[in-house]
Amino acid sequence: MGKKLAILTKGLIKENPVLVLLLGTCPALATSTSLINGVGMGISATAVLICSNIVIAMLKRIIPDKVRIPCYIVVIAGFVTIVQLLLQAYVPSLYKSLGLFIPLIVVNCIILGRAEMFASKNSVIDSALDGIGMGIGFTLALGLMGGIREFFGAGTLMGFSIYAGHIDPMGIFMLAPGGFFVYGVLVAAVNHFTANGTKKKSFSCDDCPLFNSCSLKEDEEVKNKLEKKGAEA
Amino acid sequence: MVGLITIMMSVILVDNFVLAQFLGICPFLGVSKKLDSAIGMGAAVIFVMVLATAATWPIYQALDSFEIGYLQTVVFILVIASLVQLVEMILKKYVPSLHKALGVYLPLITTNCAVLGVTIMNINDNLTYIESLFNALGAGIGFLLAMVLFAGVRGTLENEKGVPAPFRGVPLTLISAAILSLSFMGFSGLFQ
Repeated sequence: MGKKLAILTKGLIKENPVLVLLLGTCPALATSTSLINGVGMGISATAVLICSNIVIAMLKRIIPDKVRIPCYIVVIAGFVTIVQLLLQAYVPSLYKSLGLFIPLIVVNCIILGRAEMFASKNSVIDSALDGIGMGIGFTLALGLMGGIREFFGAGTLMGFSIYAGHIDPMGIFMLAPGGFFVYGVLVAAVNHFTANGTKKKSFSCDDCPLFNSCSLKEDEEVKNKLEKKGAEA
Repeated sequence: MVGLITIMMSVILVDNFVLAQFLGICPFLGVSKKLDSAIGMGAAVIFVMVLATAATWPIYQALDSFEIGYLQTVVFILVIASLVQLVEMILKKYVPSLHKALGVYLPLITTNCAVLGVTIMNINDNLTYIESLFNALGAGIGFLLAMVLFAGVRGTLENEKGVPAPFRGVPLTLISAAILSLSFMGFSGLFQ
């Protein structure tokens, strides 16, 4: 039972997909202009993540190893279309403000990454728990970023005015530079509070969830071999 | 003709894919450590974006005529993925020099949100075929521009003396990206 709980909770802080694993940066930056948008995006991606994790864990014996990435993408794209149609029908305002980034959930590294790294190796129940945990971690991070950017950038929170007209909000937080800045500061805060616990991540190919199936890896291996030979000579 | 150039220039400078629209952030931050890999990645993205648009625009018109436009996402990602694989094989066999320069980056950008993004954006904005191609070309060039500029910035960030410990590494990279994006805001309003 403890093990299952660990799978569920590791996505919240210790392996938070956005703030620690540095995955899914595009939707995190683009849709966190307000608390509602951030949380909406988080929940949509969570729904896709849980469903695709379950289906991929079920199909893991049937999918041939060589074409697994395209197969995962088809499963994920199917669920994204379902979520897209549901949002369009029931939450049209959110559908409009997230816009292009709803279909782009398909290429969200978190979802494909969890399929490749977790769901393809674990049982259905564990994969579902992993999807829930990672999804909540993603939603938390996006909600936090959205809340900060909305608070400073528009002076509101969930649409309610906070400053009541006493201070002019700093509109830059709602724009692109504000997104990068808030994300940078949040990662620094996580670094500060977990200085001893977690290992430091960086932006490089080693952390990419598709690294194992990518030809950059082969290229690097060849390079390393050549360097070794050079060193021996 | 003026309209086409306006579309292209505005997506390069004003609505830059990376710095204003947050598309393709992963490769932007991941592959921009060295200038030559930044250029290789940028060139591959231009190539794939134009190719993907050339293939997906007619396909969407066909889907739309059968009133199954909602299959857009599934069909587009599959077409892009198989197209990239196909092109990689053709290049490997017939144009090895180009394959050597772009090849390693090609599979990587199948799942790049900038490529899928530009194809969907062309459909959403109701652009014509020619306009779509120019939009894709501009988006790719804008991506290359941002990559090259940022590779230059990161070259000087190697020395982290005086940076507070929690800000070293990733946060510093992100905050410099914020400043680069701030400078691109100077272009806003350049084209109507």
